[in-house]
Amino acid sequence: MTFFGWLQIGFVLVAVLLLAKPLGLYLARVFTGERTFLFPVVDPVERGFLALAGVRAGKEQNWLGYAGSMLMFSLLGFLALYAILRLQNVLPLNPQGFPALPPDLAFNTAASFVTNTNWQSFGGETTMSHLSQMLGLTVQNFVSAATGIAVAMALTRAFMRSGGSAIGNFWVDLTRATLYVLLPLAIVVALVFVALGLPQSLDANFVATTLEGAQQTIASGPVASQEAIKQLGTNGGGFFNVNAAHPFENPTAFSNYLNIVAMLSISAALVYAFGQMVGSRRQGWALISVTVILLVIGTGAIYWAETYGNPLLSAVGVDPSMGNMEGKEVRFGQAMSALYAAVTTGLSNGGVNAMHSSLTPLGGLVPMFLMQLGEVLPGGVGSGLYGLVVFAILAVFVAGLMVGRTPEFLGKKIEAREMKLAMLAVLILPLTILGFTSVSAVAEFGTSSILTPGPHGLSEILYAYTSAAGNNGSAFGGLTANTLWYNCTLGIAMLLGRFAYIVPVLAIAGALVKKPRIAPSSGTFPTDRPLFAGLLIGIILILGGLQFFPALALGPVVEHFVMLAGQSF
Amino acid sequence: MLDQFRPAIVLTVLLSALTGLGYPLAITAVAQAAFPVQANGSRIEIDGQLIGSDLIGQNFSQPGYFWPRPSATVPDPYNAAGSSGSNYGPTDARLIERVSGAVASLGAAAPVPADAVTTSASGLDPHITPQNAALQVARIAAARGVAPALVDAILADVTEQPLLGIFGQPRVNVLRLNLALDQAAPTGN
Repeated sequence: MTFFGWLQIGFVLVAVLLLAKPLGLYLARVFTGERTFLFPVVDPVERGFLALAGVRAGKEQNWLGYAGSMLMFSLLGFLALYAILRLQNVLPLNPQGFPALPPDLAFNTAASFVTNTNWQSFGGETTMSHLSQMLGLTVQNFVSAATGIAVAMALTRAFMRSGGSAIGNFWVDLTRATLYVLLPLAIVVALVFVALGLPQSLDANFVATTLEGAQQTIASGPVASQEAIKQLGTNGGGFFNVNAAHPFENPTAFSNYLNIVAMLSISAALVYAFGQMVGSRRQGWALISVTVILLVIGTGAIYWAETYGNPLLSAVGVDPSMGNMEGKEVRFGQAMSALYAAVTTGLSNGGVNAMHSSLTPLGGLVPMFLMQLGEVLPGGVGSGLYGLVVFAILAVFVAGLMVGRTPEFLGKKIEAREMKLAMLAVLILPLTILGFTSVSAVAEFGTSSILTPGPHGLSEILYAYTSAAGNNGSAFGGLTANTLWYNCTLGIAMLLGRFAYIVPVLAIAGALVKKPRIAPSSGTFPTDRPLFAGLLIGIILILGGLQFFPALALGPVVEHFVMLAGQSF
Repeated sequence: MLDQFRPAIVLTVLLSALTGLGYPLAITAVAQAAFPVQANGSRIEIDGQLIGSDLIGQNFSQPGYFWPRPSATVPDPYNAAGSSGSNYGPTDARLIERVSGAVASLGAAAPVPADAVTTSASGLDPHITPQNAALQVARIAAARGVAPALVDAILADVTEQPLLGIFGQPRVNVLRLNLALDQAAPTGN
């Protein structure tokens, strides 16, 4: 680890924190229906869209109506994407002439992009036509992110309001999130990306004759436009197989900064917007500080483990001073590879600029653990905020138990119904991850996909289901995931991790919105102070992380000691 | 619930058209007009001959050229139509064996710079570290029959430093380096 390495990491985090306030205030204005500077341009489009859809902007929904609309829209998006993937061979804009995707891969991919996971059982440049990339994947990059933002805003309204059952209108929130937030930011970021070297064309691959006279076919396409929304929407699905490690997705150190800042910015700003909307900016900062503390610890752990290097390679004559360079790019170096790995997994982004499979055992443990914490650091756009609020509800409950008072959060009493729903939501993750992992780890159809045997093999499987259920999308790429078993079960894990979480969250919103907001009294546990932030960190680590400790001990922890003992498999 | 069909279908169609066609096509149009070089893959042409992309590594194995990092793409190294890392875990015996072979074939005194014997994440890494490049200077000078000082000078010229000494890594673009080498010290091969 070097001082300059940490300076680069600090530079990125400061940029994100500086952006959180202005962007957060903008988000708060958009979702409380106030005018913003984009109003003259966007409002006519929004009105047109909603009029054609037959939605009256003033007509709000209760939580069941909101959840119903959200599920209906996601189902339709799923079917449309599935159809495009199955028919891409006969659809236009397929200059490489790629065949249609087989049913299991199309199911997995549709589930993956509709749930904002962007797990890729395929290599983009060898599988997807330009039309599938644009009209299929890019569309879901936008609308799955917009769906997450919508749900987060519905939950926020439950804290803002006192009585009634309305938590907003899904169609309005969806349209606003796309038109006011994601699309304008994506346009700006995409054009900067092109200036930095990301290709943006509709041509087929081009063929070069190298200096040594060989033929080199170079895949290209509309990369920048997809990369921009991939980061802003915390999707993470790359145009190319190796994602943001590919020089066309991430050509320079500066594009790498922009990638990380772009993926963090909306999620962090949404947490700030939450504080602003519920009338307590301090609450927003308290939640943001929790995520920053955990992210910095995670980054430091990866950075330390990777600069330590792989003693098995040092033993055969590799200079350990550069750290572990297998699966890393020279232009990023250890510090920015570590930060990317921590942020992408803390965030449910899932893009990578280094191959996580080739990280050292402890360096690979951290991204897995950050996902298992529930993707709340600060999580995917929208999904991170509602995940954080669920953990905050659990934290005030625990605090209430300790002092024997009815817990409350932001003036809302937290009672049995909210607690049941919150527990239902957080239990989906361990159930899905550990359930599928245990079957895959003992069955032939699961273990036959492993690349590196030994404890790393278990890590490959555990990482896959963690990533799927957490809607992350990154992978220990050694695992051959494009099989019937993995395509189907990972697809199911993604759908459960997304929708079996959102529905209880919306039910919590429905229960909370009815309750009156009570003024804080002398007995109220303040939730915007360091004491609460510390408690929340504890709850996230214990509830989110501890249940996975036995599995992590058998995978990366064992592999670490085996590596130190000089053994390979 | 049925009254939700219309908004679901209409918004799916409209948002798809806007974000899936309008957005990428508009970005493509602007990008092609404003940044034609980058938008088309930062191609390098010499005398009308397309020799590669400035951003994508290519394979070199002749002694008179600087060699890039090992690449894990299949079927050939530096296959830019199918990017890939090795994805070997840190305790994979095949990784240890491959690296050990690479160290031996470098013919340099151990320990060697890590980037010279490990595969990159993309398999298309255009860069090597200055330490790796320095290790190759003697071989290239011998193969081209020029003084090592000349190769050193070209290397120093092409080496990029972190911006303000902080942001990024010291690195050498291998294709640029070899192009500069061909210009300054042409060989018959």
